[in-house]
Amino acid sequence: MTATLAPPRPADPKREEPPAVKGRGIPRWAWALGVVGAWLVMWSFTKGEHTLELPVREHTDLQDSLTGFRDSVLASRDTNPLIQFTYNLGEWFVSVVDWLQRMVSIPDFPRPVPQIGWLGVTAIATWVGAALAGWRIAILVALSFVSFGVFGFWSDAIDLLIITFVAVVIAVLIGMPLAVLLGTAGRTVTSAINTVLDIMQTLPTFVYLLPIVLFFGIGASAAVVCTLIYALPPIIRIAGYGIRSVSATTIEATDSAGQTSRQRLTKVQLPMARATIVVGLNQTIMAALSMATIASFVDGPGLGQPVLSALIKNDVGGAFVPGMLIVVMAVMLDRTTTAASERAELLARGGGDARLRRIMLAVAGAGVLVAIWASRYYPSAAKFPETSWGPRVSDQVDRFFTWFTDTFGGVTQGVADAITEGLLNPLQSLMAESPWWLAAAGILALAAVFGGWRAMVPTVICLAGVRLFGLWHDTMITLNMTLVGTLLVMVLALVFGVWMARRKSVDLLLRPLLDAGQTIPPFVYLIPVLALFGPSRFTAIVAGVVYAAPVAIKLVADGVKAVAPTTLEASRSTGCTTWQEITKVQLPMSRGSIVLAANQGLLYVLAMVVIGGLVGAGALGYDVVLGFSRSEEWGKGAAGGLSIVLLGIMIDRIARASAHEDKATKDPTKRPWWKAAR
Amino acid sequence: MRHSKKRAGGLLSVAACVALALAGCGGSTIDDETSANKSQAAETGDCGELNLAVNPWVGFEADAYVVGQIAQEQLGCKVNYKNLKEDVSWQGFGTGEVDVVMEDWGHPDLEKKFMESGDGSATDMGPTGNVGIIGWYVPPWLADKYPDILDYKNLNKYADQFATSESGGKGQFLGADPSYVQFDEAIVSNLDLDFKVVFSGSEAASITAFQQAEKNKEFLIGYFYAPQWLFADLPLAQVKLPPYEEGCQDDPAKVSCDYPETVLKKVVSTEWMDEGSAAVDLVKGFEWTNDDQNLVAKYISEDGMEPADAAAKWVEENPDKVDAWMS
Repeated sequence: MTATLAPPRPADPKREEPPAVKGRGIPRWAWALGVVGAWLVMWSFTKGEHTLELPVREHTDLQDSLTGFRDSVLASRDTNPLIQFTYNLGEWFVSVVDWLQRMVSIPDFPRPVPQIGWLGVTAIATWVGAALAGWRIAILVALSFVSFGVFGFWSDAIDLLIITFVAVVIAVLIGMPLAVLLGTAGRTVTSAINTVLDIMQTLPTFVYLLPIVLFFGIGASAAVVCTLIYALPPIIRIAGYGIRSVSATTIEATDSAGQTSRQRLTKVQLPMARATIVVGLNQTIMAALSMATIASFVDGPGLGQPVLSALIKNDVGGAFVPGMLIVVMAVMLDRTTTAASERAELLARGGGDARLRRIMLAVAGAGVLVAIWASRYYPSAAKFPETSWGPRVSDQVDRFFTWFTDTFGGVTQGVADAITEGLLNPLQSLMAESPWWLAAAGILALAAVFGGWRAMVPTVICLAGVRLFGLWHDTMITLNMTLVGTLLVMVLALVFGVWMARRKSVDLLLRPLLDAGQTIPPFVYLIPVLALFGPSRFTAIVAGVVYAAPVAIKLVADGVKAVAPTTLEASRSTGCTTWQEITKVQLPMSRGSIVLAANQGLLYVLAMVVIGGLVGAGALGYDVVLGFSRSEEWGKGAAGGLSIVLLGIMIDRIARASAHEDKATKDPTKRPWWKAAR
Repeated sequence: MRHSKKRAGGLLSVAACVALALAGCGGSTIDDETSANKSQAAETGDCGELNLAVNPWVGFEADAYVVGQIAQEQLGCKVNYKNLKEDVSWQGFGTGEVDVVMEDWGHPDLEKKFMESGDGSATDMGPTGNVGIIGWYVPPWLADKYPDILDYKNLNKYADQFATSESGGKGQFLGADPSYVQFDEAIVSNLDLDFKVVFSGSEAASITAFQQAEKNKEFLIGYFYAPQWLFADLPLAQVKLPPYEEGCQDDPAKVSCDYPETVLKKVVSTEWMDEGSAAVDLVKGFEWTNDDQNLVAKYISEDGMEPADAAAKWVEENPDKVDAWMS
């Protein structure tokens, strides 16, 4: 489950107009059609030959040697100094998490409750919220904490907060120096860092979950490390971007005052990039939360555990409640960091009455102490009283879900069949049933058409890699599913994005839903989707669309909204109909955003491939899940995961190169790429 | 600013009220419970910690929580339940993170690596008394309406009706969660069945597929197994394959027979066993039937009980069985 939160410079390969470079009268799409036509002709003679299909339980030599490598590492675990070192590190994580847990979330034996009970913890959190971000946020924090208890998941929720906290602190400690490096170093270093970050974000978590267990152990340590790996890239990328974007004139001005580069960093670059760094922190926290369910595959504590165990029992309602609490936590942390950064800006400019605030916080602090004291001595303040809210909501959700599948099951099955027969199967037949060399040539030619030379080199490298790992056929099936999924995402993004941009009420209604769609763990909606569409590739695509559409819709909506009102008025005065206004003015003028949305959508859909493997979509997702589940298949799973990385990097590089050739995205007034993240 | 000061004051007074109200409620205090815990720990002696893996299926959960419940209540162990897949659990034997795996369905590869032939970190603790029946199953309505479908020889007759958008014109056979032992692709091809294996990818996906097929009276055939809680509300019918004979599954590519009945067993960490925890004898003695397990699994999955409560209920209802394990 990886989502590339912030891939740089995007564009969609499919909706380009003729680039200036090789325009010369023949537009890009015509070239592309030519390539596809030639591919089709060749395919009709050669289909079914050299497809490199590998039966599910067969391996190539390379895959076997990957398994062998894992086995030898495993066999040497008692003597290998690296494993000893990482293992000790893991134990240290465990002891930190365990200490925090006994303080606030689980009974600290022989006490029947933690050292600080729920009332104390809630009071502390509320106070921190108030200190960082003001009283409105404090109320939000208090309500969120109470909701954890009311719905019956107090200690799971606090455990998730602890894991997130530890992982994010380490991510900042490791990430900030790297961000400085990324923000100040030369081209070679930055592109090396960026490639590593790409791999970290595209590599399916299931692939590195087992090595993590091997090196760091089970439980909290594995949870911290896998959360860390996934959450580290956003802060490096975004903070690095912030440091780099401090204006050159400012730096020149301070340079002329004779400061050292260290002074420049600490006195100018870091303070000026503060707002961006907080955005990076915010993204890192969000990424950390999205690992909640995955971490519970290796017994990571937190809200992911009830979600996962409900999945095992096919209990939709049971997964829904903890899933929604993860959303609540995400909203709480997101609003708090955002408000905190705004407040920091305000205070930095000398706004607000600092003295008064300090007095108020001190007074409130006394209240917090009272609450902590009470929570240490009185059972009802230490242990959240049991309520029946959680089960009641679960039952309602179950009932709704049963009604929904009974009522719409037939319709949805029809839609699934239509898209599978009409789109998925023909395309898959072309891509996966072509001989591998034909498919490779076709993809390469399309890359050249859209991205020119710039795209050719990475495409060749990635295709060669895919061929090497021996899962060509599965990779093509996966690529096909990703493309169809992205197409559906873009249809939704255009419809809802434009609608949201044109009607404020729709925007107000949809935005919270989109936020939830992005944060809710995919495992929560997997079973409903399964019941509607059965185990199939289409189910995987739907899961991918649910995950990817919110980002794309928001980007399109923001892009369309940014079209100047004067332009719209001008078009109206010439008597444009609504349809003309949308298609001739709003969409063309927000092309940069649409292109960005398509690229993000594609990477998000790709990130769900592994989840697809859990619901009958086969291909690379299944290979990865298989490798995670059966020790003798480890090498094949690793090869599958690396193929997904190569696929992601290839798509991203083609898109970037294609954007480079594209006028709209070259426009310096385009939105900063990090806004893409959410 | 002024009004927020007022709000802060309000907040404070609310907190104080809550604290006072709480102070007012009687009953046992935390201090009482703490000393009770201390004395109980002194009484039962020190069993230490017991790390129980909980592999992701409900039957396993039933086994693990029943043993965990007894170890905690009667032996005074501190039980840690660890939700892990099989592969990860076995890795934990050597590192002291996992002591017991209660239900092993057979993992030749892991046995080679971790039992005597490997690093010796795992030890076989004998059968759980449960017998695993892996096989090909169809939903009950299908077995009722077309009884002859329960013999593999007649499957080709119905292949068209089993076709789905995923099976490329052939009948669809629904393969299972990747972690299970399965030879379905080989069986299909060696018995010349006109079917294609499509992998559900997870137990949840398989269960949903069977439930939907029964509800909508759809054709479905797939890999499944007993004991499993689903049988309590959906008695799937097993399709007869050529009977299992010793050795007929030795070459994975040539398998054309049914799955053998699997005697499920317990596997424990060698180090933990040698240290002689009070729970070793309990785990060694534990043995029950498929019906016992299904009952606890039903408490958990259908009645929505917490696993620990479900286990406690069963333990209370079956004191004689539990006593037999402890002696």
